[in-house]
Amino acid sequence: MSSTDNPEPTQQLYAAREPVFPRRVRGRFRALKWWIMALTLGVYYLTPWIRWDRGPNLPDQAVLIDMANRRFYFFWIEIWPHEFYFIAGLLIMAGLGLFLFTSALGRVWCGYACPQTVWTDLFILTERWIEGDRNARVRLWKQKMDLRKFRLRVVKYIVWFAIALATGGAWVFYFTDAPTLLVDLVALNAHPVAYTTMGILTFTTIFFGAIAREQICIYACPWPRIQAAMMDEDTITVAYREWRGEPRGKHRKGEGAEELGDCIDCMACVNVCPMGIDIRDGQQLECITCALCIDACDEVMAKVGKPRGLIDYIALKDEVHERAGGEKRSLMKHILRPRTMLYTALWAAVGIGLTVALFVRPDLQITVRPERNPTFVTLSDGAVRNTYEVGVRNKHGESRPYYFSLGVDSPFDVAIEGSDERMVVVPADTETKVRVYVTSQPGSEEGMRDRTEIRLWVVDGVNGDRAFQDTVFNGRGQ
Amino acid sequence: MSDKKKDVETTGHEWDGIQEFNNPLPKWWVYIFYATIIWGIGYTIAYPAWPLINGATKGLLGYSTRTEVAAEINRFEEMNAGVKAELASMDPADIVGNEAVYNYAIQSGRATFATYCSQCHGSGANGVEEGNGYPNLLDDDWLWGGDITAITTTITHGIRNDEDPDARWSQMPAFGDDYLADDEITNVVAYVGSLSGLEFEGDVTAGETVFMDNCTACHMEDGTGDREQGAPNLTDAIWLYGSSEQAIETSVRQGPFGVMPSWNARLDDAQVKAVAAYVHQLGGGE
Repeated sequence: MSSTDNPEPTQQLYAAREPVFPRRVRGRFRALKWWIMALTLGVYYLTPWIRWDRGPNLPDQAVLIDMANRRFYFFWIEIWPHEFYFIAGLLIMAGLGLFLFTSALGRVWCGYACPQTVWTDLFILTERWIEGDRNARVRLWKQKMDLRKFRLRVVKYIVWFAIALATGGAWVFYFTDAPTLLVDLVALNAHPVAYTTMGILTFTTIFFGAIAREQICIYACPWPRIQAAMMDEDTITVAYREWRGEPRGKHRKGEGAEELGDCIDCMACVNVCPMGIDIRDGQQLECITCALCIDACDEVMAKVGKPRGLIDYIALKDEVHERAGGEKRSLMKHILRPRTMLYTALWAAVGIGLTVALFVRPDLQITVRPERNPTFVTLSDGAVRNTYEVGVRNKHGESRPYYFSLGVDSPFDVAIEGSDERMVVVPADTETKVRVYVTSQPGSEEGMRDRTEIRLWVVDGVNGDRAFQDTVFNGRGQ
Repeated sequence: MSDKKKDVETTGHEWDGIQEFNNPLPKWWVYIFYATIIWGIGYTIAYPAWPLINGATKGLLGYSTRTEVAAEINRFEEMNAGVKAELASMDPADIVGNEAVYNYAIQSGRATFATYCSQCHGSGANGVEEGNGYPNLLDDDWLWGGDITAITTTITHGIRNDEDPDARWSQMPAFGDDYLADDEITNVVAYVGSLSGLEFEGDVTAGETVFMDNCTACHMEDGTGDREQGAPNLTDAIWLYGSSEQAIETSVRQGPFGVMPSWNARLDDAQVKAVAAYVHQLGGGE
């Protein structure tokens, strides 16, 4: 990259990646990141193994996306395809949540919770266990291939592959009964789709998390660009207090140390950075605000007897304020401001709406689709008949009878194709579609009228639950 | 980093003080780009791609969507071969009682109906329009019988189809051709209308006499018709050729002659029975 040695630099078309060897760091934010990693990975790997008893006809996996039967199970909640708005609502909440966190805390998602960050962290951790800390890894990288380097590389890739395989494996367990699938997978009996999915996810996990690492965030991810649009001068970012740190330099007695700033130019912040940047250069697109440089710098500041926070979370507005000689201000007043409160309110409103919808949704639902080709049929006695395709959803774990009626004083007759009882038996946890005939009396006003509003009732034969659907009866229109 | 930034070339563009860096692309990105080019070339060799004057290159793999569709159709036909053979050899009256065969018959009958029958009877099987001469198959009125066996016979041989000696046959005379005088026609139309409560011009009592003398052989004395001869019931609310005075008079004068082709040459036994079962369950079956 350096063109200073070359008076006429030739334009390089392609840049090789500069490898990053993050050093180990201890501190409050690192500890928080370990906890979040343990929690997120734990939830991801273990959730498919939680059991939940739903009775004999339904699966007993607590969280299951059952594509074949078009059901989503989440503990006591069962979602049918027509209730997809719950998923849409959760996605809206996720979106608003990201807006909220971004406007309040900047790229906190990138720094702590993004799978790319969590898995990269995990891969760097295993790399450190196997190959040693930063200096050892740099040495190993620079040295020629020998038996030791070869052995370490092989061990590292085996461990990485195992992690990646477990990641892809955990994914497929969400889609079918996990214990059964595990046995099938080991016995090489599972469906090819399971193996293909695992293969793809194993590859992407190892490629994104272990090999590409920060390049995904820098080059591939759209989110940093979107977040940039959501940040303002109150947004909290990681920044270097250069007015306190500069001029930087080694503090040696008698060499003008008193004129230097707090930064001793130890490069700790650079060495721990998983993105390979120097935070002292200011705001950069690459920075995912993982705060590891804060931990590294705080550790150094403690050793040299200076106050912590040379590198720190700070709002852009306060940076200007402090540079001008102002006092440090609390971060809370940036976090609690109208914009973040509005996002919180919206987020909570969607959440409350979904929760209410979840508790009031009925066990029995019907859909009525009037036959429109043709809209009516005249029978030989002059009666007019309409046909409706009615779907009855039985959400119970047992098969149940459902009875149809049009209400007590209805002038119409109702009949079901293939049944003399106006009744249909719907098997457990399914929707059954039946053709329902509604017939006016011969010569009646309803038969001649253009349209008559009708209400079709369905009654659960076991617990008496009722549901209705309003629809229209089409007469001859004369 | 700050040093590096100075070294980076700019494109020379500047807007409001913002310069555009001419940063190099990452290498792996470029390699992926090359890989897609190679993939693209390989793809056009392996699959049909390059247009020629007649058609296009076939591709080394010999893939075509048409053969894929044919293979899919074959796969489904093999899958249904057993139930189809059972349907073909079955007495039409037994279809309703056999769930597997019945389901297959309804589904395949629907498709066959849409292909071969909807041109006259309409895609909704309602005869498209009241009074146009194509029977509505949804109602409960059947000229030649409405159970599956009768419907099967109708579909197999057709109606008034002189190419098939087994076709159902009858012919209403054109009473306008010297059989009846104009006033007799007016009166008999008035009488026929009165059978189902329609009021037309003419002498109903005189019409009744005309009716008894000329029409009862087929339409019966009470006007309820005769399925053996495909003679419509004149007392119900269903009028194949329309219920207006004009329409009934035209029928009397000219004698309707609705023809349906026989399908045994074009459809196999299973298809005929499937269509019969489908038509039967449309809502008017007996």
